[in-house]
Amino acid sequence: MIRFTDVHKSFGSLEVLKGIDAEVAKGETVCLIGPSGSGKSTLLRCVNGLEDYQQGEIAIEGARVDAHAPSIHQIRTQVAMVFQRFNLFPHRTALENVMEGPLHVLGEPKAEVRDRAEDHLRRVGLADKMNAHPAALSGGQQQRVAIARALAMRPRAILMDEPTSALDPETVGDVLSVMADLAHEHMTMLVVTHEIQFAREAADRVLFLDGGRIVEQGPAADVLTSPQHPRTQDFLRRVTHPV
Amino acid sequence: MAPLLDRVQDYLPLLTQGLWLTVAVTILALVLASALGLVWAILRTSGRRYLAGPARFVVEFLRGIPILVMLFYIYFVLPELGIDLTAFQAGVIGLALIYSCYIGETFRGGIEAVDRGQTEAAKSIGMRHGKMMRRVVLPQAIRIALPPYGNNMVMLLKDSSQVSVISVAELTMQGKMLASSTFDNMTVFTLVAVLYLCLTIPLNMLMRQVERRMGAAR
Repeated sequence: MIRFTDVHKSFGSLEVLKGIDAEVAKGETVCLIGPSGSGKSTLLRCVNGLEDYQQGEIAIEGARVDAHAPSIHQIRTQVAMVFQRFNLFPHRTALENVMEGPLHVLGEPKAEVRDRAEDHLRRVGLADKMNAHPAALSGGQQQRVAIARALAMRPRAILMDEPTSALDPETVGDVLSVMADLAHEHMTMLVVTHEIQFAREAADRVLFLDGGRIVEQGPAADVLTSPQHPRTQDFLRRVTHPV
Repeated sequence: MAPLLDRVQDYLPLLTQGLWLTVAVTILALVLASALGLVWAILRTSGRRYLAGPARFVVEFLRGIPILVMLFYIYFVLPELGIDLTAFQAGVIGLALIYSCYIGETFRGGIEAVDRGQTEAAKSIGMRHGKMMRRVVLPQAIRIALPPYGNNMVMLLKDSSQVSVISVAELTMQGKMLASSTFDNMTVFTLVAVLYLCLTIPLNMLMRQVERRMGAAR
């Protein structure tokens, strides 16, 4: 579904991705973990062309992702994204946020889009907040609207960039449970996260990034419970036993 | 000299005529300047050097010319090039050109102040630049730019007095003529100032109202 082949990316003279090879299969949930600065978010943002890359290839079902080509707009309608800071449109209601893409980008009929958007909001537990503006919602509620907005595009895959990192602890659970539901329904997802527990329970596979390279990858249970590489062992020890 | 109230009554009809002309010049120039300003702002934030560069040059060029010189140029020089404009037209165009730069910079500030996450979110659902500007960036930029834009409006209203130098008989011009024919400087110019305040104070109040309403929608 999403294939990375020797992907290199630099910001100026700083190389942040140093040859990434990986694949996300259809229906699979893959978690990207690793210390900050390891290149996880950058790698994710390359998939829908929010960042470009200098060498190698990222392909989505065989179609090359090129941030500077006109085809990028088409690709972005097929690969939705959920951001750390939600990035809902503040001048529109929750429902309008969810309807925006299908209605104004895909040009689908309004009545149908509205029905579907309402379904998505109900499913993330926000039936009573459809007409609220983002400022009137908690972080967890905003992030669930953002997930509904992503789902409304009927994407082939969803990218999530630390979706719970900006949330109050008590709202994290609601968002994680929506994400876990999606994983169990075999939505293809690539998730940058520090939620090791979530990765353990919901991810099919885990990629551990460090210093712009994939140091270790494999089934979530294996990588997270018996990591082989010393960097992975050290990282997991730190995040699971922070003191 | 006649009693104050009688003199005020004598002067008011002429001054009111001037007042309406001031309002007309201001509104027309504001509409033109805002439309043109939006064009400058959109070009300058387009991210395309061949659009942003020339727009920046034009803005800096026009902004560097005093309003008076601009008015003289349009009214006295353009006819020599075969472009004949009435004083009213020349006044409106001159003010609009210069204010399009101020207003354009105000809009640009608003556009650049919109959170980067907003453009990323818009892109991530496949929006192209034009639609992203229309549906995501500009609605938020306008809200941000509103207070300085209100300031621009009041400044434009006051600067409309400068078109008197090319013989547009607006409020200041009427006042000057009235004062020189009656020698009643104090009454006339006090009236002129009061009439300007009758425009600027409600305008400020209106802007505050609009800002409050737009803020409430967030």
